[in-house]
Amino acid sequence: MPDILLRPWPWYVAGPLIGLFAPLLLWLGNRMFGVSSNLRHLCSAIAPRGIPYLSYDWRREGGWNLAFVAGIVVGGVLAGLIFRNPAPVAIADSTRAALASLGIGDRTGLVPRELFAWSALTTLRGWIAIVGGGFLVGFGTAYAGGCTSGHGISGVANLETPSFIALAGFFAGGLLGTFVLLPLVLGLR
Amino acid sequence: MTVPLETRADIELDDDDVHELSAEPTRDPSAPGLWIYLLVGVAFGIVLTKGEAISWFRIQEMFRFQGFHMFGIFATALPTAIAGVQLLKRRWRRTLDGAPIVVPPKHLGSGVRYAGGGTIFGLGWALTGACPGPLFALLGSGVTTMAVAIASAMLGTWTYGRLRHRLPH
Repeated sequence: MPDILLRPWPWYVAGPLIGLFAPLLLWLGNRMFGVSSNLRHLCSAIAPRGIPYLSYDWRREGGWNLAFVAGIVVGGVLAGLIFRNPAPVAIADSTRAALASLGIGDRTGLVPRELFAWSALTTLRGWIAIVGGGFLVGFGTAYAGGCTSGHGISGVANLETPSFIALAGFFAGGLLGTFVLLPLVLGLR
Repeated sequence: MTVPLETRADIELDDDDVHELSAEPTRDPSAPGLWIYLLVGVAFGIVLTKGEAISWFRIQEMFRFQGFHMFGIFATALPTAIAGVQLLKRRWRRTLDGAPIVVPPKHLGSGVRYAGGGTIFGLGWALTGACPGPLFALLGSGVTTMAVAIASAMLGTWTYGRLRHRLPH
């Protein structure tokens, strides 16, 4: 397979392209680019009973977005499986060293196997990273009313104060998670 | 009959949030079908994956301020998105099928939900190394445990729905 199809893209290619999706969806059909709403649509489809927040016509409100997110999975199959970059992600040496000192040595894929292999789910640290981390993502984005795409890109692109506050929150939480929570979790077996 | 205050506040919040979901109150029958959004999603998934924005390692590098990659992505994605959205709103003003561009504003309220919810999400972002988009792209990339993370994220969203009327907004 030609190398050019496998190679990762530099930030100056990926960044501007990512920025195009908010205006593109707005232009296509007045759609606000945002992924976390899909978690809500899926909950609304599965277990809305007794919860006003989840009681709405999810097909009408979220049909387009669920199609979009299904596309993201397909995009992942294409770029991450079929045209997979065989080389490890080229992170800074200092990050590699910091992660190694926390017991993260595997760098064969996009995520470390120590935390995200199926066998990791039987360890406390893997369980917290996958199940605990996932829960915080779902709860936090619902509470904030958006995620990195909905607030970080769409909301900021529309110059919304709430989105700038949310973005600051994302980063504050991320720093707390990286320097306080993660070292604690990685110390668990 | 008077509606209890708490219920009234809840209805208001729900109205806001459903408007957040779709900018267009009534769908134009000539608006593009779902397949176009599927294709746009495929493109987004490819960009996220090839740009390594879905890599747990890249997110760690970002939060540790040890590499420029993710900051470079945000620093170029944001001006592009701002320019595109502002141009659409102020100059073009029309969607593909000619409907006026409508972007409902977000309600600031006390701001607690944005700061608090944002921080909670940030904690989860550092652990999973993925925000919602990347969770789905990673699943496609073969990190199949992300299905568990997505299920757990759904439970988190459901729990928020359950506790919503008790949380400050």
